[in-house]
Amino acid sequence: MLRGFKQSLIVSAWFVFLTFPLMAVRVNTTEQLVEWRFQNLLWVALATFGLSYVWRYMLERKQAKKQVDELGNEKPSKTRLLMEDMSFRYKAMGALLVFALVFPLLFDSYQVNIMNLALIYVVLGLGLNISVGLAGLLDLGYIAFFGVGAYTYGLLNYHFDLGFWAVLPVGGVLGCLFGVVLGFPILRLRGDYLAIVTLGFGMIFQIVLQNWSDFTQGMAGISKIASPGLFGIDMNITGSITYIYYIMLALVVFTILVTMRLRNSRIGRAWIALREDEIACVAMGIDMARTKLSAYALGAFWAGMIGVLFAAKQAYINPASFGFMESAIVLSIVVLGGMGSILGVILGAFILILMPEYLRAFAEYRMLAFGAAMVLMMIFRPQGLISNIRQKYEYQGNDLKEKTENG
Amino acid sequence: MAEKHKFLEVKGLTMDFGGLRAVDSVSLEVCEGEIAALIGPNGAGKTTFFNCVTGIYTPTKGDILLHPKGQPTRRLNGLKPNKVTEMGLARTFQNIRLFSDMTVLENVMIGRHCRTKSGIFRSIVRGRGMREEEQQIVESSYELLKKVGLAEFSNDFAKNLPYGAQRRLEIARAMATDPFLLLLDEPAAGMNPQETADLDQLICKISEEDRIAILLIEHDMKLVMNISNPIYVMEYGKKIAEGSPQQIKDNPKVIEAYLGEETEDA
Repeated sequence: MLRGFKQSLIVSAWFVFLTFPLMAVRVNTTEQLVEWRFQNLLWVALATFGLSYVWRYMLERKQAKKQVDELGNEKPSKTRLLMEDMSFRYKAMGALLVFALVFPLLFDSYQVNIMNLALIYVVLGLGLNISVGLAGLLDLGYIAFFGVGAYTYGLLNYHFDLGFWAVLPVGGVLGCLFGVVLGFPILRLRGDYLAIVTLGFGMIFQIVLQNWSDFTQGMAGISKIASPGLFGIDMNITGSITYIYYIMLALVVFTILVTMRLRNSRIGRAWIALREDEIACVAMGIDMARTKLSAYALGAFWAGMIGVLFAAKQAYINPASFGFMESAIVLSIVVLGGMGSILGVILGAFILILMPEYLRAFAEYRMLAFGAAMVLMMIFRPQGLISNIRQKYEYQGNDLKEKTENG
Repeated sequence: MAEKHKFLEVKGLTMDFGGLRAVDSVSLEVCEGEIAALIGPNGAGKTTFFNCVTGIYTPTKGDILLHPKGQPTRRLNGLKPNKVTEMGLARTFQNIRLFSDMTVLENVMIGRHCRTKSGIFRSIVRGRGMREEEQQIVESSYELLKKVGLAEFSNDFAKNLPYGAQRRLEIARAMATDPFLLLLDEPAAGMNPQETADLDQLICKISEEDRIAILLIEHDMKLVMNISNPIYVMEYGKKIAEGSPQQIKDNPKVIEAYLGEETEDA
């Protein structure tokens, strides 16, 4: 206790010293006076002292938890038990779905529009979650597949006047193809090397979009992209936003369903095995090339599809929307949410996309808060918001009774 | 003694890493029902030999021939590891390589991968056939866990298992691929005497009940001498002796190279 007090005292003294020139001294240039604002220093000292205490407390808690883990008699937390309770899960999911369905009726179109953006990132996160979270293939150029989808719709709509619904599957398939094309050269790469190559791919994609003006219309972008049609009914802006919201919602539900099923299937297990140990994975008879390519292609498929929807929502696309920053955000969503966890990725997307939107008032500090949140996250919950939960399988053989008795 | 069916036949296997000859024309055979052992001092090239046979390395020279029963002979040189496993030759690793963030049961289920075939679309649609296959994977994996005595841990994460249990889980996972020949790379490494004795029994059980031939690398001489016949001895990449445990014990070359002190306290 006393040690904590002493250490916090040292920390606050150090911060006072560091911030002294910034917080305490102010030179009044008009009157050529130096103002000393000592009460600012007091606030700094108090704040850092308090924060240091909280910090120590959190670290201690983490340490204690780690020790419990090592002893092996880790008690599942209440939230965890709740999440594993199936009936609660169904109820919660039902409630969420109902809320999602009535959302546009309750809020104005500004909110719905923001929600649309968040849902785009939910799908992107879930798609990237397949290659990064499940198969462990770090992809820093994921947004390129998103761009492929968006430009597919933009160009097909501009040149051939094709409608949204016709292009939606085309965008997905093209994204998929790009995934395979990128997948081949990186089959042998792992870890850092893979990250660099995918990063390069993402960069190349954006540069091509910018410079191949004949084809992509360069920096000027493509404008007046048609909104999705509904049997030729004319819609005002609000109606169109709401309509896109429902399409988006359907796509999100579809993505969740597919990734959930894949995760606990033969293919999903192969992906996870690949992430865990590549050599053991091939030694167990899993075709590495095919498994890696399928993970890439499937991840890219969602990006391509949602890219089409993005183009339709924005009605205008240009290369600036498909830069490294967007890739990094999608990757942050996956890492923040918890690798491989569907619920985690959804939460991550909402936090990372909605938080900056609603914190517009603090626009200048947005990125600062964002960075701090990520650092804290990595210290206190490196496994993400929701950690890895695996399916429990029921054995239905002769000794079913024995199994249930054991719990 | 009647001529036994040879499962694995390795002829003059040589593996070079740059200028270093790690394995130098080693020949070896494993027949049906046998528990063969490959022993030798550290760095003798035993694991390299395993890696060549299972497709992780492509050997520089020599032939690795697999004779499955009722099927034509296959040459394994240069085949990918997953193809080798598909052919019925499974292995475990010296330094445990489990899928640590998957459950114990799922680890074994991975082994069933190459014997099942649900693809992406079937997994998404989750039709009747897929669910039946899935249930059958669970059942057979669970049976294997029971065999190695890990059924009660089936829903734990593999990383939380004690060391000896992890080794047994590796064996169960390898057996899930339906092999007729099992290569075990130091299965008893790091085990205490009790665990080693259990492993001894398990290996014999696999050999007798499942009719799986076994080739093992091992340093635990007691285990090797107890259960395996024939024994092959390697030193500096070369095979220096082969024969029954008694012959190996009496072979002066082996004693000189390796067993000298060990046999005295055995």
